[in-house]
Amino acid sequence: MDPRHADPSRRPLLDGPIVRRAALDAVRKLDPRHMVRNPVMFVVEVVTVFTSLLWLQAALTGHGDASPGFVLAVSAWLWFTVLFANFAEAMAEGRGKAQADALRRARQVVLAKRLAAPRHGAAHEEVAAAALRKGDVVLVTAGDYLPGDGEVIEGVASVDESAITGESAPVIRESGGDRSAVTGGTRVLSDWLVVRISADPGETFLDRMIAMVEGARRQKTPNEIALDILLAGLSIVFLLATVTLLPFSAYAVAASGNGHLVSMTVLIALLVCLLPTTIGGLLSAIGIAGMDRLVQANVIATSGRAVEAAGDVDVLLLDKTGTITLGNRQAVAFLAAAGVETAALADAAQLASLADETPEGRSIVVLAKERYALRGRDLERLGAQFVPFTAQTRMSGVDLDGQRIRKGALDAVARFVAEQGGGLPADVRAAAEEIATRGATPLVVADGPRALGVVELRDVVKGGIREKFAALRRMGIRTVMITGDNPLTAAAIAAEAGVDDFLAEATPEAKLATIRSWQAQGHLVAMTGDGTNDAPALAQADVAVAMNTGTQAAKEAGNMVDLDSNPTKLIQIVEIGKQLLMTRGALTTFSIANDVAKYFAIIPAAFVGTYPVLRVLDVMHLHTPQSAILSAVIFNALIIIALIPLALRGVSYRPAPARVTLRRHLLVYGVGGVLLPFPGIKAIDLALTALHLA
Amino acid sequence: MTATSWIEIAACFGLLTLLAVPLGEYMARVYSGTSTAADRLLGPAERLVYRALGVRRDDDMTWRRYALAVLAFSLGGVLLLYALLRAQGALPGNPNGLAPVNPWIAFDTAVSFVTNTDWQSYSGEGTMSHLSQAVGLTVQNFLSAAAGMAVLAALIRGFARRQVEGVGNFWVDLTRSVLHVLLPLSVVLAVVLASQGVVQTLAGSVTAHTLEPRRAAQASAAEQVIDVGPVASQVAIKQLGTNGGGYYNANSAHPFENPTPLTNLLEWLAILLLPGAACFTFGAMVGDRRQGWALYAAMLVVLVPLTVGTALAEQRGNPALAALGVDQAPSALQGGGNMEGKEVRIGAVESALWATATTAASNGSVNAMHDSFTPLGGLAPMWLIQLGEVVFGGVGSGLYTLLLHALVAVFIAGLMVGRTPEYLGKKIGAYEMKMASLGILLPSAAVLVGTAAACLLPAGRAALGNPGAHGFSEILYAFSSAGNNNGSAFAGLDASGPFYAVGLGLAMFVGRFGVIVPVLAAAGALARKKAVPVSAGTLPTDGPLFVALLVGTVVLVGALTFVPALSLGPVVEHLQLLAR
Repeated sequence: MDPRHADPSRRPLLDGPIVRRAALDAVRKLDPRHMVRNPVMFVVEVVTVFTSLLWLQAALTGHGDASPGFVLAVSAWLWFTVLFANFAEAMAEGRGKAQADALRRARQVVLAKRLAAPRHGAAHEEVAAAALRKGDVVLVTAGDYLPGDGEVIEGVASVDESAITGESAPVIRESGGDRSAVTGGTRVLSDWLVVRISADPGETFLDRMIAMVEGARRQKTPNEIALDILLAGLSIVFLLATVTLLPFSAYAVAASGNGHLVSMTVLIALLVCLLPTTIGGLLSAIGIAGMDRLVQANVIATSGRAVEAAGDVDVLLLDKTGTITLGNRQAVAFLAAAGVETAALADAAQLASLADETPEGRSIVVLAKERYALRGRDLERLGAQFVPFTAQTRMSGVDLDGQRIRKGALDAVARFVAEQGGGLPADVRAAAEEIATRGATPLVVADGPRALGVVELRDVVKGGIREKFAALRRMGIRTVMITGDNPLTAAAIAAEAGVDDFLAEATPEAKLATIRSWQAQGHLVAMTGDGTNDAPALAQADVAVAMNTGTQAAKEAGNMVDLDSNPTKLIQIVEIGKQLLMTRGALTTFSIANDVAKYFAIIPAAFVGTYPVLRVLDVMHLHTPQSAILSAVIFNALIIIALIPLALRGVSYRPAPARVTLRRHLLVYGVGGVLLPFPGIKAIDLALTALHLA
Repeated sequence: MTATSWIEIAACFGLLTLLAVPLGEYMARVYSGTSTAADRLLGPAERLVYRALGVRRDDDMTWRRYALAVLAFSLGGVLLLYALLRAQGALPGNPNGLAPVNPWIAFDTAVSFVTNTDWQSYSGEGTMSHLSQAVGLTVQNFLSAAAGMAVLAALIRGFARRQVEGVGNFWVDLTRSVLHVLLPLSVVLAVVLASQGVVQTLAGSVTAHTLEPRRAAQASAAEQVIDVGPVASQVAIKQLGTNGGGYYNANSAHPFENPTPLTNLLEWLAILLLPGAACFTFGAMVGDRRQGWALYAAMLVVLVPLTVGTALAEQRGNPALAALGVDQAPSALQGGGNMEGKEVRIGAVESALWATATTAASNGSVNAMHDSFTPLGGLAPMWLIQLGEVVFGGVGSGLYTLLLHALVAVFIAGLMVGRTPEYLGKKIGAYEMKMASLGILLPSAAVLVGTAAACLLPAGRAALGNPGAHGFSEILYAFSSAGNNNGSAFAGLDASGPFYAVGLGLAMFVGRFGVIVPVLAAAGALARKKAVPVSAGTLPTDGPLFVALLVGTVVLVGALTFVPALSLGPVVEHLQLLAR
């Protein structure tokens, strides 16, 4: 069973069961102890309770704050405002909860074989997995579930990790090296492993993953706290502006001799409309949905803080192999020696490679076919004898009809040619050296004593990666390529891939030093890693994505784990982080900009009795003062519901410089936020009038 | 408006910019401690002050020490000034034999001058002895302005410094503000003003023999006693230090304070000069002059349209008079426009220019009575005050309050571009947002709560000079002026009683130190941070987009806070006037 959905777009945003559960949760979340975590919505809840009491008073005594029907309508919509905000949060959590349930099913109750001594063959006792502690050593044999996270200390086995990664193909786990980490809840398919448990129950990777997708241990991130403070500040301003209207109104009534003191219901309606309820109601949903998007991308973060930091990253350290290049060198050109037809070189090179199953060998066959239409031949029918590559000869090739065709490194082939009584022509040597200076690998081909020419092998940069880096550069993110290659090769690939910088002949120490020096200049650095020797650098980086196939040490040092073990994922993580912040900013702007129209609806309605001239401010020509106020309140509640999809999905993201992004968002959410409520409130007013509700 | 009026407005702002840029650069050198030409001249005096105060120039203060120094210095100033005003009757320098100032007015005035508000609930020439004016009020005109400049210098250092605790030394900043900036400028301005006929004497009064009898009952020409004194020197600093408390009650509408068109221009320039120059000081000290220009542009973007709007409203005249067939059009014989409450020598456009400048900068000096402006013409000055004195604003205080708004603007904008917000490379976190919110919130709270109290209490309502919505505007204006340390008055309100003395005094106190302490706290937090390098992902804060964003934040926060109150005062008045 696949607990995740590989393609997030395939999962509907509003899933039936999730919606039903969220609707129930929305009511449950009315508990003030929960509401108090969100200051803006807590204020709304308090005044809503107060308005409901005003309605009771009006209904029972007949002469309350305002007409009972009006107070009831306002209270009802205020309750909806609170419920809609809770619903948004519950919806965001619901998506995670469904996932957590699936993960929990993977957490089987298993018995573990605890070994008395840390070696295969030692006596073992059966204990419950929950009784295992860090440091215990267990034996896991074919068919068993791993009882917890750990490090393989002996043995090699194939393991089904689909419960965690969703990838159905089994993976090899073995002691030593970079494939020694195993995860609780996965299953050994063949052979056996001796595992040293590295996490206490409740702290395993699976537990962390469940907690993360559920949002159970969600703490407010620094940026969320800062925004909360700003929203609280704004709320106090609006509270003051509305509360002081009571004495202002008293003065105005006394001074003009007209109208009545503004009612509490109207003031509360004004307050709730002015409060940043849109962003206040959706803030936690945005945060949870951001984490959810990360989970959709098959990345588990250990904290929301890490996701936010991802949005700030401006230096990406990327491993060359697998991220920037395909990881295999491929033939790209045939350079024939003087007096040799290039086709003859290609023919010889193809013959030498037909039986060579290495990616390099296959690429030569492919190139020969593409350039010279040389089809593959059956070596056996030709009676050819394949000479495989060995560490001693450092060559491979074929023996056929007395021909001895070889391909290999320059010095190896030069020795071979010399043994055959020939010599390496100067132009072949020059061509080979020229290829090496370009950062590519020369492969010299010889037929007996005669050197035919050189095949150029090059690291092939992934398609589209250059454009990806250009997009990152526009966003102000520098890319740094990390490679073990020599500086020459590294420079050539760096230039081809379009990275901003590279670190050649990289050692773990050099990586760590590079990260520190970037950070000292104030940059935030992200990197990926899998080996134990990456751990120090991962711990130092601001955003550190460990590969799930990596070692336990790497996973613990990082603050995210990529279940797909795809280093290119880093770019996507940065985008998710940025999108999270953008959504917050856009909805904050929208929320505050909305207030302008609400003033135009409520101020004239509230004071037209005292100063009839204020009717001029009613630019929307709303039906009655009461319908004007009610329409503003209803708009304020409905906009929360209307924006839930945006909060869950995030604002549309396009890589662009800050200036361009800001201009677009200011236009859409700032100017749009000012304008949209005018038609919105007017439409609600028309609907209320048509239905004779006001 | 006539073409001449348009040209006049453009020329005024052009001239202002020409003067503000070099002054700002000079001030940056003053606060960076680099040697200037003035150092050679004033160095000995400066060293003498430090020796007397026991201050070491290199003693870098943490923000807490800095804030404590500001508070102690200001409280001491209030006490000293209060004592002086109460004792003026028994002290020398009182040629007109004035009585001690009554305790309410003395308290109100002491707070008012120390907080750089200079709200006056009394008539200067009839209440204050020469000694009180010179040693009390004029000294505070210098010191309160210098304290504001010092706080700004500390905040700028917070942005400019990296990973240090200190934000500068208050006593050094204060001394250098007075000696290197305020004193030289005042001397030059005072001499020029005196040359134009602004009075400068130690005599008490002159007696004029008028041609006409004062009252119809008097047959012969009457004697008129006109108070004179050290006017030019006080006018210079009242304008330069955004103080605004005039020597005469009529302030700069009085011919002895503002006799010629040239003095009118110079005094107008002096209102905006230092707050404008502060932007360029900021740019120079943070090492990116475009940042300073952006802030200056943001100020102009608000002030220029409001000035033009006010000028248009005043020049159009009063519709009620127009209905009676009164000619209010400009012609060869008259400037035209709404001339109620305006000095005939000065005219509608020049009064409008002054009115928006004096309310934008927290100056408060007047050359016309804002109370008599048309409702729309009076709206702009009031709203400029309510924006929190950030468009130019007070000397020092204008820019440091604007920078709090900039933090809020940058915070929201930063989120919108998907980065943890930063300004000038400093990340804006929860602590900075808390301080920015407090600094913006407290003055607004003082205004709204004060106005509400005045509406509720009989003592508040009894002082009103006008009924109806205009009375409400008077109260709102008074508290807006006090809470934002402006000091200009709408007139019509008798604020000399205990209620207003205490209420406005408290509002002034909150409006000053409720901003200074958060600003210094933010400065301390910013100085401790390291700087993030600029990249394409950084929100540029030196372009038109940032200017628009900053103006939008200032205007939106200002509008959203005060729209309900304004709609019950000036807006109703305007609509009523139109409906009539």
